[in-house]
Amino acid sequence: MEGCKLQVRHISKSFPGVLALDDISLEARSGSVLVLCGENGAGKSTLMKIINGVYQPDQGEILIDGKKVHIRSPIQARGYGISMIFQELNYIPEITVEESLFCGRLPMKFGRVDWKAVRRRTLELLEAEGLSYSPTTKMKDLSVSDVQMLEILKAVSMDSSILIMDEPTSAITLREVDRLFAKIADLKARGTSIIYISHKMDEIFRIADDIAILRDGRVVDVKPREELDIDKVISLMVGRKLENNFPKRAVDIGEEALRVEGLSSPGVFEDIGFYARKGEIVGFAGLMGAGRTEVMRALFGLDGYEAGEIRILGKRVSIRSVADSIKAKMTMLSEDRRRYGLIPVRSVRENISLSSLGKFIYHGRLHVSKENRVVSDICARMSVKTPSLGTTVEALSGGNQQKVVLAKWMLNEPDILIMDEPTRGIDVGAKYEIYKLMGDLAAEGRALVIVSSELPELIGMCDRIYVMCKGEIAGELSREEFSQEAIMRLATGLETKEEAS
Amino acid sequence: MSGIGKARAAWANVSRSYSIYIVLAALIVLSSIINPNFFSGGNISNVTRQISVTTILAFGETILIICGCLDLSSGSVLALSGLLSVASYKATLSMPLAFAVAIGVAVLCNFVSAMMVAKFSAPAFIATLAMQEMARGGALLFSKGQNIYQIGDYTNVGQGSVGFMPIPLVFLIGLFVATWYILKHTRFGRALYAIGGNQEAAKASGIRVNSVKINAFIVNGVLVGIAGVLFMSRVNAGLPNGAINYEFQGLTSSIIGGTSFSGGIGTAGGTVVGAFIVGFLNNIMNLANVNSYTQQIARGAIIALAVIYDIWTKNRRTRSLVRGVAK
Repeated sequence: MEGCKLQVRHISKSFPGVLALDDISLEARSGSVLVLCGENGAGKSTLMKIINGVYQPDQGEILIDGKKVHIRSPIQARGYGISMIFQELNYIPEITVEESLFCGRLPMKFGRVDWKAVRRRTLELLEAEGLSYSPTTKMKDLSVSDVQMLEILKAVSMDSSILIMDEPTSAITLREVDRLFAKIADLKARGTSIIYISHKMDEIFRIADDIAILRDGRVVDVKPREELDIDKVISLMVGRKLENNFPKRAVDIGEEALRVEGLSSPGVFEDIGFYARKGEIVGFAGLMGAGRTEVMRALFGLDGYEAGEIRILGKRVSIRSVADSIKAKMTMLSEDRRRYGLIPVRSVRENISLSSLGKFIYHGRLHVSKENRVVSDICARMSVKTPSLGTTVEALSGGNQQKVVLAKWMLNEPDILIMDEPTRGIDVGAKYEIYKLMGDLAAEGRALVIVSSELPELIGMCDRIYVMCKGEIAGELSREEFSQEAIMRLATGLETKEEAS
Repeated sequence: MSGIGKARAAWANVSRSYSIYIVLAALIVLSSIINPNFFSGGNISNVTRQISVTTILAFGETILIICGCLDLSSGSVLALSGLLSVASYKATLSMPLAFAVAIGVAVLCNFVSAMMVAKFSAPAFIATLAMQEMARGGALLFSKGQNIYQIGDYTNVGQGSVGFMPIPLVFLIGLFVATWYILKHTRFGRALYAIGGNQEAAKASGIRVNSVKINAFIVNGVLVGIAGVLFMSRVNAGLPNGAINYEFQGLTSSIIGGTSFSGGIGTAGGTVVGAFIVGFLNNIMNLANVNSYTQQIARGAIIALAVIYDIWTKNRRTRSLVRGVAK
C-alpha cells in the first residue's frame, strides 16, 4: 500500500483465560490519523502494547516501512521511531517538569548531565506549546491535565515517525484538546503516522482519516471517516444498537436534600452556594482547574474549608472528616479511582464493604458470611463482572473497577451521592450502565451531584447545571437553557449568569 | 482458557499459598534426620520456648507491616519493659503487677512512636529507630548496665508448663488466635489492610487513618510487653542487653510468612509458619554446631531471599494482572 508506514499482519495474542487479539491486521499510513475504537476489553491497548514492545505477539508480524521488525521492548520501539502516550498517567511525583520531559534521555556532556541544555530545551518546548509552568515545578504540584499535556509534549518532542495516543484527552480541558488537535494536524503535515485510541465520538470524527473498530479482539471494520457516522461506529463497537445514549428518566423532584452556602477556601474556591433536591441530578461544569473537584472534596470532608454552611435535609451539619460525611448519608465517587477509590491488592468483597462494615458487625465480630451475601447481591444488581468476590480489584477492567467503587458507596445507602467524573476512562457499554444507574438512583429519591468534563453527559443526564469558573460559581442553567455554547460561555468567563439572564 | 494456562495459573496460586508450608515440612524432615532427638519432648518444648518470644514479636510486626508501618524497636522495648517488670516483681512479688508494668511500659513506648508517625508524619522506620535507641538506653540507664538476678518465681512463667504444654506456648497460641481474630474478624483489621493497600483510598472511604495506626502500635505494645515477661522469665534474669536484634527475627518471620512489605497483605497463620521456619533453622544450626557468626550470615541471607521472593511473586502476579486488564 502506498505510503504505508506501519503494518500489523495476522497478530494474535492470548493471556491465561482470554484470547485478547484474534488475527488482527491493520495498516497506518504516513501523514494520516488512524483512530482505533472499541469497548474496554476489545483489545486496543493490548495491540498498542505489542506495537510498543511491551508484549510479544503469539503469532503474526509487524512491518515498518515494509520491513519486518521484532520489537522486544519500548526502548527498541523508540529506536524504530515509535512513541506512545499511555492512557493511565504514570509519572514520578517528586521530579521536576524538565526532569520528567527528558527522563531516560538526558543530554550528556563530558559524562555528566548537561543541565543547561535540559533547561534550554525545556523552555523552548514549553514556549513553543504555550504552556506557562516553570521547568522546576515538581510533577506532584501539577494538575492531572497539566501532567497529561506534558506527556503529550514529551512524546511529540521525540520526533517520532509513529505516534500512538491512548485516550490522550481523558483528562485535559477543551481548550487543550484544541491545541492537541492542532498539534496532530501539524504532525500529520510533517508525515507522522498517528494511531489514536478514543471513546469520544466527536473527537474521533474531528481527527480521523481512517477508523478501525475492534470488538472482542477482532477488527470488525476499517473504513475512511467519510463512510461512517457516529451511530454506525457505536453499533459496530457494541455489536448492537443503542437506542438512546442518555437514558434520562422523568423523576418527581422532592424536598431539598443538600444546601451549601458561602463555602469558601481561600485561594481555591470562594462563596460557593448551591442546592440539590431529592430525585434531582445536578451537574457541575467548568474547565479544569475551575475548582469543582476541590469544592466536592471539601464538602465530603477530605479537605478542610474555611467558611460556609452545609445543610443536609434542612439540618445544619458540620463536616470535618469523611466519616462525618458518611454519617450524614453523603458519599462521593472520586475522579481518580486508582488513587482514592480502590485498595488494589484487596478483594472485591473487602473493597465494596469497606465503608459500611458496621452492617456486618455484631458484638464486635465481623460476620464474613453475611458480608458475602450482601456484597454478592449488590454485585449482581450493578452487574459487576468478576470471577469471584475474592478476586483482587486490580485484576478487573476499568469499568468494573468503577462499578466496585460505586457499589461501595451504594452499600451506604446515601441520600446524597457526589460523583466526580463518573465515566472517565470507561467504555461506551459501561458508561450506559452507569447512566442508567444514575437514573435509578434519582428515581429512588436520592440527590445526585455530578462533576463532569464531558458536556454531552451533563446535558443528557442533569436537571440543572452549575457552571464554575476560577473558583466561583459563574452561573446556573436549567434544563431548557442547556447547550454546550451556554455552558462554555460561563465556564470561560465570557459572561456571568446576571448578564445571561 | 487453555488447559495448560489453567494448570499453570492454578500452580502459581498453590505455590504462592502453600510454598511456606512445604518449606516448613521440609525443614522438619531435615531436622529429624540431622538430629534423631528432634522429636523428643525435651527438644520440642525447648524450641517452642525459644520461638514463642520472637513469634509474638512477629505478630506485632505483621499487624504493623500490613498497615504500612513497622517496628524496629521491639527488641529494645522488650528489654526495657521486661527489665522494669522484673524490678517491680522483685519489689512486690506480684505477678499481675509485673505483667501490668511490662505491658504498660511497652504500650507507652509504642504510643510515643505512634505519635511521631500519626501526628508528625514521621516514617515508621525512623520513628521506631529512634525508639530503639531510647528504649535500650533507658534499660541500661535504669539498671546501670547491670543484670538483675535472683528473680524468684518470676521465672515460672517462662520455664513452667501447664500439663505438657510449656507456658510460653500457651501464650503463643492465645496471642495467635487474638491476632488472627483481629485481622480476620474486626473492623480494625479491615482498616489495617485498607490503609496498607492504599492509604488515600482508605481515608476517602471514611477510615480514620491516624487512629487506626495508633491502635496498631498499641496492640504491638501489648504483644511486646507480654514477650518481655516471657523472655526475662525464660532467661531467669533481667537483662538490659537482652533481646538485641529480636525485631529483625520478628520481621524476618513475618516476611517469610508472606506479609508484603508494600503493605496490605499478610496473615496471622503465615506469620506463625514463618516464625517456625526461622526457629527450626536456628535449632538445626545450633544442633549442627554451626558457628554463631555463620548463623548470623545465614539469617541475613534468609531475609534477603524472603524479600526477593516477595517481590518476585508480586511482579509475577502484577504481570499476569496487567495482562488480564489489558485484554
